[in-house]
Amino acid sequence: MLLSETTSSLFFGFVPWIVFFPAIGLLINLIFGGWMKEKAIGWLASAASGLAFVVSVLLGYSLLKQPEGMVVPFADWITIGPSTGSGLALHIPWQFRVDTLSVTMMLVVSGVGTLIHIYAIGYMHEDVRFKDDLKRYRRFFVFFNLFIVMMMILVSGDSYLMLFVGWEGVGLCSFLLIGFWYEMDTLGRPSWANSDAAKKAFVTNRIGDFGFLIAAFLMFWGFGSLKFEDVFSQAPALAQAAPGLIIAITLFMLLGVTGKSAQLPLYVWLPDAMVGPTPVSALIHAATMVTAGVYLIARSAALYVTVPTAQFIVAIVGAATALFAATIAVGQYDIKKVLAYSTISQLGFMVAAVGMGAFVAGMFHLVTHAFFKALLFLSAGSVILGLERGHHHLAYRQNSAEAAPTPPKDKHASPSYYSEEVFDPGDMRNMGGLRKTMPVTFWLYVIGMLALAGIFPFAGFWSKDEILLDAAKNYTVVYVLLSIATFFTAFYMGRQIWMVFFGKPRHAAAEHAEESPKIITVPLMVLAGLSILGGALNLPYVHTFGLWLEHTIEAAAEHGGEVSGWLAISWGGLNPWVALLSTVLALAAIYFSWLIYGRRPLEAGQKDPLKKPLGFLFTGMERKWFVDEIYWAAFVDRYVDLARFLANVIDGRFWHDWFHDRLLAGTYNWLSHIALDKVIDTRGIDAFFNGLGELTKRASASLRRLQNGFVRSYALAVLFGVVVILGYLIWK
Amino acid sequence: MIPLTYYLVISAILFALGVLGVLIRRNPLIIFMSVELMLNAANLAFVAFSRAFNVLNGQIFVFFVMTVAAAEVAVGLALIVVIFRTKHSIDVDQMNSLKG
Repeated sequence: MLLSETTSSLFFGFVPWIVFFPAIGLLINLIFGGWMKEKAIGWLASAASGLAFVVSVLLGYSLLKQPEGMVVPFADWITIGPSTGSGLALHIPWQFRVDTLSVTMMLVVSGVGTLIHIYAIGYMHEDVRFKDDLKRYRRFFVFFNLFIVMMMILVSGDSYLMLFVGWEGVGLCSFLLIGFWYEMDTLGRPSWANSDAAKKAFVTNRIGDFGFLIAAFLMFWGFGSLKFEDVFSQAPALAQAAPGLIIAITLFMLLGVTGKSAQLPLYVWLPDAMVGPTPVSALIHAATMVTAGVYLIARSAALYVTVPTAQFIVAIVGAATALFAATIAVGQYDIKKVLAYSTISQLGFMVAAVGMGAFVAGMFHLVTHAFFKALLFLSAGSVILGLERGHHHLAYRQNSAEAAPTPPKDKHASPSYYSEEVFDPGDMRNMGGLRKTMPVTFWLYVIGMLALAGIFPFAGFWSKDEILLDAAKNYTVVYVLLSIATFFTAFYMGRQIWMVFFGKPRHAAAEHAEESPKIITVPLMVLAGLSILGGALNLPYVHTFGLWLEHTIEAAAEHGGEVSGWLAISWGGLNPWVALLSTVLALAAIYFSWLIYGRRPLEAGQKDPLKKPLGFLFTGMERKWFVDEIYWAAFVDRYVDLARFLANVIDGRFWHDWFHDRLLAGTYNWLSHIALDKVIDTRGIDAFFNGLGELTKRASASLRRLQNGFVRSYALAVLFGVVVILGYLIWK
Repeated sequence: MIPLTYYLVISAILFALGVLGVLIRRNPLIIFMSVELMLNAANLAFVAFSRAFNVLNGQIFVFFVMTVAAAEVAVGLALIVVIFRTKHSIDVDQMNSLKG
């Protein structure tokens, strides 16, 4: 059945399997995982994701032959109203859209996803080792496969509603996986901190999803359809007739994007999301899910190009986020938090790019970023594992003859086991000198760092440079913001490298850190290779990726206005001056970071050397510009106040006390007590029957006097009676 | 021949006397006698009619009445004796313990 629609020998008909392979994987793990070994669970999930990758590759191959792609219908979902003719109708089938844009996303999601699955087999093994809970391990892979399912639905959907199904699905998986260790905090102590972070992510995304939904409603109102081709074909006409509507749609959609892709002002959930396991951070919160917003804008290119106002706003939001988050990343100490803010910043680059109409550059950066940010996150996970091993080694070194005690079954029973000493393996202040103990991770990290910083010839250089060039051509302000962000990017990555890998260990655990096993390092090496070579996707003069996407995004070809002067110089699409400037900025930033953090390495317990010269500026960076506090004071507390008011006054006093107790119950009580009981029952019904009894009593009391016991009086009565009867008979 | 009316008048007078005796007197013996008087007034009427219409039925009925009266007196006297034994009085007005 899945093959019936395709007549050619191409593989478009296989497309539902990108959803069903991971779905089958998760079902097997869900149902039979209890009887399976640890390794089998992990490899099954990886294989499910890997098969989805194989299908994606086949689809990519088919697209080479038939680049316009295909829409593969699968099932009817919603059918309301007449399917043909006039009249408003909602007809949304579940169709798979195979084109160059969606297949690009599929390849990234399933490709990077599979590598991270394999990595997670090794990473989550530590969880099993220390916490002895195989159910948790199975649950992790079930969620992970579910995420792939949802992400595939998102990228393969043929309408905004199908996209929204995946959009919500990945949000759910994000929530489940951020709160994966829901009963503890990042240090393993019993706490609700992790589950609070999950809730924060979910609620913040809900605000964005509200924007998405409003956009979808407006779209249905304006276009009468939610299908991509219907919307895009009508977009130019409607942009003439009602430009305000298109602006509203695109801006509400931008709200959705700021939620999912962690842009200003809704980015606050992503740093907190780092409490989840590191593979989750890499897969969901760096490589794939958070790029869904970028994908959404690129997909809606036909809408955005009709309204330059909205495009400008998107670009500004992206650029502002890129710089804002980059400054915060400079002041963070948690190795994953730095990467989280870096992700927000890089997403800002992508959003700015697609906002400017540079859809190819944005998607290109999305792909390369998926490679090097996944690499960085997973390497950071490797560092954390190494430190944990070192710490564990220390904790039981004294009596090494004795094996480590078996963990208690019930983890709530003895929390002290898990917090033998409060030690944060993610704090960069506890690291240092890991270059020697973890050499493989070190080199992988350096590759990721150079790619992120945009150093020639790593992948990040090519994609970031395209974005910067487009910014320079379109909006100077965006170009300036992004260039400063480039400087900060290189600076915080340099700072991280010096702090983590150079100098002397600042904690005994770092001293005894051990290199991670092959299962962890091999996927990293693949990602490192992609980070180095990823730029080859869209080299100047060749523009493979641009030509590839042109089949889907027509607007991609014609963007970029007339420019003159130094901007007009083009080495096959590469402007040497822009490239030179960004490279110089990055190199300068790395040099500065060496001056500050590399030349004189941080000592244990020493404050950040930037703290003194920058003063309150550094405090601001360190405390994330107090955005969380401001949000808390401005929205969360106000919301709690409102909730309390509604609960106490409206619900408690009005509905409960007054309406229910006083009005309903009171009236009923009055009615039953006073009206029915006292009046109708007591004075009416009771009185009638009591009166009847009383009457009988009184009548009998007076009648009993006749029964006086005197025989003669009875005789007289008899006589009287006889006389009466006789009299009656006589005078009848 | 003495007309029937005369007998009936006598009978009525005797019956009325019996009634008055029952209603007025308090001695049960007198009351019994009054009851006998009423019965005999009836007997007189029976006999008078029997003779006037020349049928024997009335005379035969009188025998029954006399028999019943004798039995009644026997029972009644026995009752009076028992009452006297228990209450030491035979005043009918004191025999009112069944009053309501």
